[in-house]
Amino acid sequence: MSSEDRAGTTGRPIALKVADADNVATIFADGIARGTVVQVRDRSGAGPLLAARGDIPYGHKIALEDIAPGQTIVKYGESIGVASRAIAAGDYVHVHNLDSMRGRGDLERKEA
Amino acid sequence: MASATPTFYGYPRPDGTFGARNHVAVIPSVTCAGDVAQAVCRQVAGTVCYLHHQGCCQLPPDLERVTDTLISLGRSPNVGAVLIVSLGCEGTDHERMYEELSQTGKPVRRIGIQELGGTAPAIARGIEEARELVIAISAQRRVEAGIENLIMSIKCGASDTTSGMASNCVIGRVADRLVDLGATVVFGETTEFIGGEDLLARRAATPEVARRIYEIVDAMETRAKSVGCDMRRGQPTPGNIAGGLSSIEEKSLGAIVKSGTRPIQGVLDYPETAFGRTGLWIKDTPGREPEILTGMAATGAQLMCFSTGRGAPQGFPSMPVVKICGNPHTYRRMSGDMDVDAGRIIEGAATIDEVADETFDRILRVLSGELTKNEAISYTSSIDIHCLGPVI
Repeated sequence: MSSEDRAGTTGRPIALKVADADNVATIFADGIARGTVVQVRDRSGAGPLLAARGDIPYGHKIALEDIAPGQTIVKYGESIGVASRAIAAGDYVHVHNLDSMRGRGDLERKEA
Repeated sequence: MASATPTFYGYPRPDGTFGARNHVAVIPSVTCAGDVAQAVCRQVAGTVCYLHHQGCCQLPPDLERVTDTLISLGRSPNVGAVLIVSLGCEGTDHERMYEELSQTGKPVRRIGIQELGGTAPAIARGIEEARELVIAISAQRRVEAGIENLIMSIKCGASDTTSGMASNCVIGRVADRLVDLGATVVFGETTEFIGGEDLLARRAATPEVARRIYEIVDAMETRAKSVGCDMRRGQPTPGNIAGGLSSIEEKSLGAIVKSGTRPIQGVLDYPETAFGRTGLWIKDTPGREPEILTGMAATGAQLMCFSTGRGAPQGFPSMPVVKICGNPHTYRRMSGDMDVDAGRIIEGAATIDEVADETFDRILRVLSGELTKNEAISYTSSIDIHCLGPVI
């Protein structure tokens, strides 16, 4: 992050997108609710405006695009799991709609 | 940034290492000797107690692992002298502990509880031995040592999403700088490689190191899966999840940022020291604090950089732990426990490089004697030895 690329300089809450391939961004602001418009910011400092579709707590994630059930959710340019249900751009993304694909002893037990 | 090679003031040890502290370590050879060791430490200034819970009724590989880990803890540059407290019938090899630690050239004493006739006589004798050791090393002086003599360990705990975007980035920059200066940096938390192992394997110095990285991650994940449930809530923890981390993959990808960008030279087993090794190394450890802090101190690390978002307060008996907090709200709430405010990065008030420079300067001061927040408030008893087999 360069000195001119500091968060929070536009007045709008910032949603930080870490890598180009990411389909979620992380919001470091309080009070994000349905209809709150956030400024998406990627590494170059650019990014669109996006309206949240629900409450999103400090430090949690917003979907940058529609994500179908079973589709990979990407942060840091890498998989952080899959969508367990349909996710729309602006939705809050967390354990209620993201399934981890690792350390899943429960899935192996079902297969056995 | 100064062009001269950074230095710190450390206690010179007979084996050529330099300690950031000058403790007398009181080492119970088994959990059953813990109360005597603790009583001695309460009474004698300048002692630290390794109050672990292992050392008997375990399978032979674990007993050897406990013996080896306790020896490595005694070999730490931060330890100036050692008192071994044995029960007398334990599964660990307290004779070997005494012999190997005596070879370091440091003063080493031992007492046996059963041999001395029980708890009270053992405590009395232990106090006398520890008092002599403390006085014997108390006049040692710090001397200037190059930063290449540093073994720095790193860890993140009570993480949230600020960790991977602020505090771990800071530690990563510091780790790169230390590696470039010829120092040794060790990171662990194998559980938190799950989902990020490809990125780590790409940085392996040799194909064999890459193979080892995949091997330790697979072993850790297989152990977790053998219970037959979703690992979530164990890892990531409920606190991680409340902090916005949705899966182990997300936690791992943020966690490995703290290892920086330099090549990974190899994988150390849990009890192994890093003496004589330089560059960036992995130590195979779980993520829980007592076990990884112990494993890292056993590496011979004089200091740990510990990143947190939710606010982990603990240190370690003999290794100063510098807390770097990525979450600005947590820093304001818990500044009494936090050494560096990396939350300013999240708020746009500082850059990663600025906070990394500040952290680097703090590390040099702490190596030279400045207390960390957890040392000052004695929140330093976290210790346990990570074993692989059952207690039987």
